[in-house]
Amino acid sequence: MGPGDLENLATLVRSGDPRSLARALSLVENGATGSAELLHHLYDAARAWKTVGITGPPGAGKSTLADRLIAFWRSNGRRVGVLAVDPSSPFSGGAILGDRLRMQSHACDPGVFIRSMGSRGHVGGLSAATSAASDILGAAGYDPVLIETVGVGQGEVEVAGLADITILVLVPGLGDDVQVMKAGIMEIGDLIVLNKADRPGIDQLEAAVKANLELSPSSSPRAAVVRCSAETGEGLDLLFSTLEGLITGSGPDPAARRERVREDILRVAESVGIRLAARLLERGGGIDPAVDRVLNGETSPWMIGRDLERLASKAVE
Amino acid sequence: MEPRKIRILIAKPGLDGHDRGAKYIARALRDAGMEVIYTGIRQTPEAIASAAVQEDVDFVGLSLLSGAHNHLFPEVARLLAAQKASDIILFGGGVIPEEDIPGLKAAGFRAIFTPGTPAAEVIEFVIGEFAASDRSGSR
Ligand SMILES: Nc1nc2c(ncn2[C@@H]2O[C@H](COP(=O)(O)OP(=O)(O)O)[C@@H](O)[C@H]2O)c(=O)[nH]1
Ligand SMILES: [Mg+2]
Repeated sequence: MGPGDLENLATLVRSGDPRSLARALSLVENGATGSAELLHHLYDAARAWKTVGITGPPGAGKSTLADRLIAFWRSNGRRVGVLAVDPSSPFSGGAILGDRLRMQSHACDPGVFIRSMGSRGHVGGLSAATSAASDILGAAGYDPVLIETVGVGQGEVEVAGLADITILVLVPGLGDDVQVMKAGIMEIGDLIVLNKADRPGIDQLEAAVKANLELSPSSSPRAAVVRCSAETGEGLDLLFSTLEGLITGSGPDPAARRERVREDILRVAESVGIRLAARLLERGGGIDPAVDRVLNGETSPWMIGRDLERLASKAVE
Repeated sequence: MEPRKIRILIAKPGLDGHDRGAKYIARALRDAGMEVIYTGIRQTPEAIASAAVQEDVDFVGLSLLSGAHNHLFPEVARLLAAQKASDIILFGGGVIPEEDIPGLKAAGFRAIFTPGTPAAEVIEFVIGEFAASDRSGSR
């Protein structure tokens, strides 16, 4: 795609054309040529829309809750964008993206746009392109943008850095204390949802979560805790009103905005670094001969890295 | 650079609730390195077409055992065309009598797989069609 085409595509994305929006997301997800230009045309440091993350162990009900949240936001006239990330197989690189299944009742609603993404080897609960994809949905007028993470159960802190509000979903019966500690609830959640309140063990879970929150330093803001059942609907009204309070409360904070732009620059710089290193490696004969030299005992990955860095530094100086 | 991932929507239109075949194919395609969006049973043609557009898939695979394929399959093709998405490659599977296959092919279905088709045959079809399409080049 030429520069003019990319500008056209950006205009179509902003106008809300679904096919163009879907194509833009693919371009960026595949890191295709032109994706940087496209993202440049769509970038908006002010980010007037809200991003809501939803994380928690597999099977906790994240997608089912997402379906409920979409319905709630739609009843308030909001246009909702959803990015649902599922794990890619480390063996085949393929993935079954099943989150959409629970949200399909909104498939024909033009005010809802749902996109499934494979994690494609990225760790941290998202895929490498999720942040850029959420910017595209925001630019297309979706507000809020809801991001469902891969449910691996721990270390999914990445979404907390990306989203304005992060919901952590926990459920009874997964070994409450361990679950609560593994999830790192003091670091992640603005809102902790204790889902499947229709199931036994919900009181113990609530006690474990509250005891854990007591331990957090009093200086840091404490997460709100709501129990509900995405299945029966019990407790959802309280969830919605608590979330609305948090969303409206997370107004434009200049410090947070600065921090976010700083992260964007670092993320882009990192991918530039990776691409340049790959090109330098290629110029030096490619990865396979390098592997041979390491296997022959001529050198090590660390020496190859040092040489790459020297080459790069020469170019800088 | 890695080749671009093939994305496929697997859906079941119609009223039957037997999704073993659909899930089996979904897993086989995943194991062949593809990204498979599975939308589950009892999907309307409208929901299938809209999901296919939003997900920007390369293929839509429909599975149906209830006998309504002559109506539902072409309807998905028509809705995709209406959204300027006829470049998405369609295939179908399920209990489909031999004599219905030409009609479905005329409606835009590139292949119809009847019960007992080995997964490898479906994978081969997908890889071959993808390589021959203009989707494999650009994005
Ligand atoms: N009993 C009960 N089941 C639920 C509830 N919420 C979700 N589920 C079920 O839990 C399973 C996993 O839900 P899903 O939303 O896919 O979880 P995810 O992996 O976190 O996205 C599904 O079978 C849901 O129907 C709930 O509140 N109560
Ligand atoms: Mg899910």
